[in-house]
Amino acid sequence: MSYLFNVKQLLSFVVKEIRLEWRSRYAINGIVLYLISTIFICYLSFNVRSDALNPVIWNVLFWIIILFSLVNAVAKSFIQETEGSFLYLYWTHSPQTLIVGRTIYNGLLMLILGSVGFVIYSLVLGNPVQDLLIFFLVIVLGTLGLSFTMTMVSAIASKARNSNTLMAILSFPIVLPMLLMIIKISKNAISGVERAASLDDFLVLGAINALVGAASYLLFPYLWRS
Amino acid sequence: MKKSWWKVLTVIILVYVVAGGLLFDVPRLHLLNETIRALYFHVPMWFGMIILLTASAVFSIRYLQTGQNEFDTRAIEFANVGIAFGAFGILTGMLWAQFTWGQWWSGDPKQNASAIALLIYFAYFVLRGSLEDADQRARISAVYNIFAFAALIPLLFILPRLTDSLHPGNGGNPGFNAYDLDSRLRMTFYPAVVGWTLLGIWITSVRIRIRRLFLNQEI
Repeated sequence: MSYLFNVKQLLSFVVKEIRLEWRSRYAINGIVLYLISTIFICYLSFNVRSDALNPVIWNVLFWIIILFSLVNAVAKSFIQETEGSFLYLYWTHSPQTLIVGRTIYNGLLMLILGSVGFVIYSLVLGNPVQDLLIFFLVIVLGTLGLSFTMTMVSAIASKARNSNTLMAILSFPIVLPMLLMIIKISKNAISGVERAASLDDFLVLGAINALVGAASYLLFPYLWRS
Repeated sequence: MKKSWWKVLTVIILVYVVAGGLLFDVPRLHLLNETIRALYFHVPMWFGMIILLTASAVFSIRYLQTGQNEFDTRAIEFANVGIAFGAFGILTGMLWAQFTWGQWWSGDPKQNASAIALLIYFAYFVLRGSLEDADQRARISAVYNIFAFAALIPLLFILPRLTDSLHPGNGGNPGFNAYDLDSRLRMTFYPAVVGWTLLGIWITSVRIRIRRLFLNQEI
């Protein structure tokens, strides 16, 4: 088993995944609708005017909504694989290509989802963020990191029975440290704290992402063989 | 008898630790008073947990390398006993917190982090329970065990350093030198760490043997 992979093959795999998605648009539409309805439920349940929500609650609520949409979106990446496509992928791709490709694809999907969610969320519930650039950076790094972890966990959960429940049980505690860092930085961005103050937190978030990414890159081949 | 010298050592050390921990003279510190003795029981639980969980992760790696069931048995039992140590760590910590902080659970970052750590490993046990095929169970739970251990490192070592906490040794550096350990405390504390960890390894080795017997019976 070689740890090297072909960049060309990787790119073509990602492009293939995106094309497949674009042709059916089944998953992306479903998950965007899921996101919008969740936001709408929150908006109507709080029943407040735009901008009237406490910034702390605004922040936490946003990330919880993103987290739950993410679990649902990423769960499909390995769990909903049919026997046939599984065998096809097994014979034609190296496991490294597969995990890196799926992670990149999920990362892109989540990035779009996070941005769309942010726009709609601030439309109905107001936008107290003072430092938009930092907040957007958190969305980028945060959704990427979350989808790193979730992709790996969905690969693990796909092997077991009742994999959808398992997906949530396995991923939430692992994701928590990351989520806490994300909420901390975005709180800084909302209250407009000096940017230098968030730098350390960004480094920690990046380090956690790198750690989880490296672990899933090394471990996935063992999972795939079974 | 040759192999059991360390068990004898464990008993001797633990008798010394329990007796000494309750009877020896300790420094009088404001607020802490006699609760400083928790150092001999609470802190070694965490040391023991981290050592046992590390052993579990190492055996999981060995399992993935070799595919021998023996390593899987060791990995699961080390995780079991490690989590039992973690649970005792939380309980003794809560007892201590009740006397010094005034509440059993005050949402301190360290308390939260340890609760999350337990959740991660409970998820590991649930995962094992929901896989039927023995080979698959061993391989997949080994993968999750290593993954969980990698996620545990930032939780236990990095994050607590970034937030303020009431826990002794915090406010920047959660080292265990917080009490300015004077030599009286050291004399019991170091043996306590060794003794409790040895006890953990002993319990684990017994459990591994029991599990081996069950496995043989099935075949």
